[in-house]
Amino acid sequence: MSDFLRDYLNVVWFSVAALAIGGLLLGLAAAIRPTFPSAEKYIAYESGVDPVGMGWSQSQIRYYVFALLFVIFDVEAVFLFPWAASAERYGTFGLVVMLIFIVLLLDGLFYAWKRGLLRWV
Amino acid sequence: MHQLAVEIPYWGQSIFRVLGGLVAVLLPAGGIVYLFLFKMMSFMQSRLGPMEAGPFGSMQLLAEVGKWLQKEDIQPDNADKTIFKMAPVVVLLSTFLLIVVVPFGPDAFFADLDAGVFYFLAVGSVSVLGILMAGWSSANKYSLLGGLRAAGQLIAYELPMVLATLGVVIQAGSMNLNRIVEVQNTGEIFGIGILGNPFILTQGVGFLIFMIAVQAELTQPPFDMPIAESELVSGYMTEYSGFRFLMFFIAEFATAGVFAFIASVLFLGGWGVPFTWFGWENLDDVAWWMNVVGPLIMFTKMMGLVLIIMWVRFSSPRFREDQLQTFAWKFLIPLSLANIAVTAILKVVF
Repeated sequence: MSDFLRDYLNVVWFSVAALAIGGLLLGLAAAIRPTFPSAEKYIAYESGVDPVGMGWSQSQIRYYVFALLFVIFDVEAVFLFPWAASAERYGTFGLVVMLIFIVLLLDGLFYAWKRGLLRWV
Repeated sequence: MHQLAVEIPYWGQSIFRVLGGLVAVLLPAGGIVYLFLFKMMSFMQSRLGPMEAGPFGSMQLLAEVGKWLQKEDIQPDNADKTIFKMAPVVVLLSTFLLIVVVPFGPDAFFADLDAGVFYFLAVGSVSVLGILMAGWSSANKYSLLGGLRAAGQLIAYELPMVLATLGVVIQAGSMNLNRIVEVQNTGEIFGIGILGNPFILTQGVGFLIFMIAVQAELTQPPFDMPIAESELVSGYMTEYSGFRFLMFFIAEFATAGVFAFIASVLFLGGWGVPFTWFGWENLDDVAWWMNVVGPLIMFTKMMGLVLIIMWVRFSSPRFREDQLQTFAWKFLIPLSLANIAVTAILKVVF
């Protein structure tokens, strides 16, 4: 097996170890802890007041626009990384192209800003 | 990969690495909780902190774990039980996956990933998934609000972190964290090559942005709206009790340690000591002893950075939700884009 695959196999071993540790500790806790069930205990805790309605109540998500903006910016950051890792090799040409790209990014951000998308709506 | 003096079979190496990883996650977490959360916080608030268990309360951690193990496990009737149980494990898993990429010495790394920077940025976001799962599955209005706030905050501060890291990648010319450490310790600054160049000197702005983003990603005050105990009763953790709560708690401080490790790799020269010359014309000459000294140096740097994180945590009030978003989108992101542009120009021109 190549070194490349082995390094990623280590990632798998680490996740297995994390799950094992979590399972082990939770299992130990399950073996030790007491259980005295009563109906009141299993009501959702909302500062001692009986909850009104369902826990999954509708609420206004104020920043859904930010989530969209985030996706755009994150994808564009992905395009920046390969150039960044070899910025010297691409030289002035790569620099100019990428600076135009970054300015476009900034322009998009300022456009969203001007449209008033970056405020508490 | 350098040759080890003793040839160890792959399965032996793997066990060795996983054990090392456990130590690298849990030892900093314990150290941070005892030194900073118990003792430093107490001294800053003019009290002694835990004093009963062991000398100066040093056994307090064991006592706490023993206590949490014996707590009753309460799951609300309305909760989505499967996801409710999975959420703390997902958060803990994210921490363990993060440590994989951190190099502690020339050979003392867990995995030598060429796309290391990508990897830690990607895996670091897995904890958001766990937090959203916890917030949604609890069927509690506080938890739901806390989970949504956490998602909004982590989205907003993921970007400055990505862009601040981009500056380091431009300067190092590599996304491999081992390579980034080498470049910092063998590189030159202002034409003087023998001292090395920890990137905090040339990427100071990036370092500041990165640390602010780390503070927000860890939901430490002043960015702790998702867990705001005075208004949301610990947000997404409201319904958790017993050991599942403790897993969230351990993961929070272990992640603080791991992010401090990553920050010291990216900006403080990793396992090398800045401004000292190790005779690094040939890395193999120092490899045999740097493998032992490197982890100690990394641990020192990590504790120093966590000290700053905790200092800010203990001494600052909470932001408002919209202030937090405004700060990220209107200040940090334009600043980090400008930082990238300046870094790239200087890198190519000089």
